[in-house]
Amino acid sequence: MALNFLRYGPWLVLTLFLVPLVAGGIGTLLPAFGYLPALGGVNFSLDPWRALAAYPGVWDAVFRSLATGLAAAFLSFALVMGGLTFFHDSRWMGRLRAVLAPILAVPHAALAVGLVFVLSPSGWLVRMASPGFTGWDRPPDVALAPDPHGVSLVLALVIKEIPYLLLVSLAALERLPTARSVDIGRSLGYSGPVSWLKLVMPQLAGRIRLPVYAVIAFSVSTVDMAIILTATPTPTLGVLILRWMREADLSFQFVAAAGAVLQVGVVLAAVLIWRIGEVVSRFLLKAWLQRGGRNLFPGAIILAAVPTGIVSLLGGLGLVGLLIWSFAGRWRFPDAVPGRWSLENWVDRFDMIADPLAATLSLATASTVAAAILAIVGLEAETRFGRGQRTMALILLPLILPEVAFLFGFQVFLVGLHADGSWGGVIWAHLLFVLPYTYLTLAGPYRGLDPRYARAAACLGASPARVFWSVRLPLLLRPLLIAMAVGFAVSVGSYLPTVFAGAGRVTTLTTEAVTLSSGGDRRLIGVVGVLQAGLPFLAFALAWAIPRLVRWRRFGVGLGHD
Amino acid sequence: MRHSRTVRHWIVLCLWLIGTAIPFGQVASAEDQALDWDRALEKARGQTVYWNAWGGDDSINAYVDWVGQRVKEDYGVTLVHVKVGDISETVRRILAEKAAGRDSGGSVDLMWINGENFKAMKDNGLLFGPFADALPNRELIDTQENPAILRDFTVPTDGYESPWGGAKLIFVYDTARLANPPRDAGALLAYATANPGRVTYPAPPNFLGTTFLKQVLYELVEDPSELLSPAGQNFDAVTAPLWDYLSALHPTLWREGRDYPATEDDLIGLLDDGSVDIALAFNPAKASNAIEQDRLVDTARTYVPDAGSIGNTHYVAIPFNASAKEGAAIVANFLLSPEAQARKQDPRIWGDPTVLSMSRLDDTARALFDDLPRGVATLSPEELGRTLPEPHPTWMTRIEEVWLRRYGA
Repeated sequence: MALNFLRYGPWLVLTLFLVPLVAGGIGTLLPAFGYLPALGGVNFSLDPWRALAAYPGVWDAVFRSLATGLAAAFLSFALVMGGLTFFHDSRWMGRLRAVLAPILAVPHAALAVGLVFVLSPSGWLVRMASPGFTGWDRPPDVALAPDPHGVSLVLALVIKEIPYLLLVSLAALERLPTARSVDIGRSLGYSGPVSWLKLVMPQLAGRIRLPVYAVIAFSVSTVDMAIILTATPTPTLGVLILRWMREADLSFQFVAAAGAVLQVGVVLAAVLIWRIGEVVSRFLLKAWLQRGGRNLFPGAIILAAVPTGIVSLLGGLGLVGLLIWSFAGRWRFPDAVPGRWSLENWVDRFDMIADPLAATLSLATASTVAAAILAIVGLEAETRFGRGQRTMALILLPLILPEVAFLFGFQVFLVGLHADGSWGGVIWAHLLFVLPYTYLTLAGPYRGLDPRYARAAACLGASPARVFWSVRLPLLLRPLLIAMAVGFAVSVGSYLPTVFAGAGRVTTLTTEAVTLSSGGDRRLIGVVGVLQAGLPFLAFALAWAIPRLVRWRRFGVGLGHD
Repeated sequence: MRHSRTVRHWIVLCLWLIGTAIPFGQVASAEDQALDWDRALEKARGQTVYWNAWGGDDSINAYVDWVGQRVKEDYGVTLVHVKVGDISETVRRILAEKAAGRDSGGSVDLMWINGENFKAMKDNGLLFGPFADALPNRELIDTQENPAILRDFTVPTDGYESPWGGAKLIFVYDTARLANPPRDAGALLAYATANPGRVTYPAPPNFLGTTFLKQVLYELVEDPSELLSPAGQNFDAVTAPLWDYLSALHPTLWREGRDYPATEDDLIGLLDDGSVDIALAFNPAKASNAIEQDRLVDTARTYVPDAGSIGNTHYVAIPFNASAKEGAAIVANFLLSPEAQARKQDPRIWGDPTVLSMSRLDDTARALFDDLPRGVATLSPEELGRTLPEPHPTWMTRIEEVWLRRYGA
């Protein structure tokens, strides 16, 4: 019975998952080709596409999406690989992980605002240097953040993606014979970093390919970060789509739908470009590998470490900036710190924040637990019956498809079920994003787990269920908890899914933050941003602490395999 | 073969999903329904009213909370403020409900609305009504004295929305940095030319940005009355002076017009930082409020162009499929009570001007308004000057289009 359930488990997971996607996709695709009778569109036509193509600056926006997204993905990937090359065996790596986790957990919008607090012409860096060094008593009239070229957007994306890629890399590395490979390289006269780069990196790159694609898809189609960090006349495609959807003239809904379909194409194009780059660089790297160089050029370590350092510093300053703004009474330019400090942002406004806080917490907990169970069902079935891997890859669709592509259609579907505005509907919508990230983070370690553990246990007479509960699950506890923490952070940061499925009745910290950001009180944004970052931070702290507690109880101190 | 069966299941599922999309085809019409006030009072007790209203301002949110307490006490109606970033989100939500065939039991009972969004909902049959004329407190508005209230951006309201507040464009400046602010469009251009980078406005379609464009257009156009009927063949000729003006103004703007503040509050922040010298707001009490909240330097003051400034009315409306129409109507009526209107006009609470006619109020009610203080930076009704009417929405739609093509994305 249990076995049967598990055999069909992947189909159950997929159905739960694909129904809203397919419904949402249809609900977006039909209007993109002119069909939305509620708005008088009863004939299929290409008019929405003509209107889209004629919209001022739309191709610039497409190019900007592609360029910023790919630049951000490449930089984060390169910096993570560079950092690992030199510091993979450093005992600092473990600590770095603890420092980066909270940045990973900060919702995108909060991080973007934090970055504006630091980098804008009236931001913290200028304030610290003014008027002492600069002589400015007014902010300089230059565009730093937001900027017209998308530089600050790339920067913010890199800050956000480095910790994610680093975490999945570290999780994948645990299942790779890293130390042995490097030792072999060393014994052949290669330096440590070169050994890692030539022997471990290619294996690692293969294992984290899907997370990298997710990074590309996200970077190309991000909306909330792009709104905050691009200048109004130079938006990305995602921003344009949202603008069309918000247009009071309802005929723009057709253009928005066409834009959402185009966005899918842009994401696919970006992944394709990356893939081509991958093939080309493999060809080039093979030549480099065969040349047999034992050392890297001098200064490579600086090139690998310094940009990561600067980027982390900016991210950190942004977070501190949020914290300071949340305690600011009055903070006028060019004061380096608030002229008056105050608790009233926290105390007087706590009533306003208590409900969204509770809602955020419940939604994130429910969707994370559900996602963990579903991910394990899928992976365990795959491990036991050895198939379904290809089919399960379908649940990664929401990461490749831009959110806007199916959320409008999904909303219509939920309304049809009378499930919009219900907790179940919102948890379902969150699950569409929480599950893929959880699954993605967990799949590598799950598949990479040495099958000999299970085989040994089976030889000793353990049933498949016992193997799962007593061998696989304990061994995978750490990656599982990290995957859950990632899912938790995704849920906390979800904006569009909450808005669409929640009928606007479900208010979370994130919807509150975005609503407030149109009102512009930097102090309140600080409060909500700090809380938003605090929740996932807590989740990561738990993911860090629980395996240690469990291992301590199970084996006693010092017997765990690390 | 299990596989082919699965494939078949998927096909069935997809067909079913397409089936769920078919109700798109059934266009429901919101039939006119009259409102019987005594029955409404009875039915409303115990109803929960979901009010979708912009939630970006603390003081407004607090005011809405207070309205909730009062209607609970007096009418047993539970009011839930659904905070939205932009009411057009709600327009789309109701559209989605209509698309799904949900003609009753909708998720929105009341919405804060005006202008283009009202026109869009009215044109697409998404509104319940007419109900506004059946509200008892409607008597307190003298439409002879204030006929503007019957037209929302020149579109007849026809009782499909009930007024609850006014807005008027004002300019804000810091007296410590600027002694004599420019009081007409020409002077503004001269100031910007002499002080590059110190003037800006929010980018359309932000409502404050479009209001600024309308203001300039009114001041430059030869015959303002043309703006009150829909834009047609005359569009290019009428708006030509506006584009000439903007071509001269833009190179002198903050960041040379390569970026714009996103919102009114964004712009107030720029003024506070000293990045710009002049800000705009669509509420006469805005500057006083911002000073009160420590978000604006206390030497800031406001002014209105010599020609007067654009003003409009904002309303509440009930969607065609609202679940609690009676409760929503009772809230709309309460919003028009002297108690609620006076509290709203109190600058310590919100500072939004009333829509009631003082001549229709009794002495106690009028005293509520007479006793109100005025904020330090708020102009008196006389100083606020003439109110220029909103042009027909078609003007704005086309101006936004051209603006976008010339200066936007």
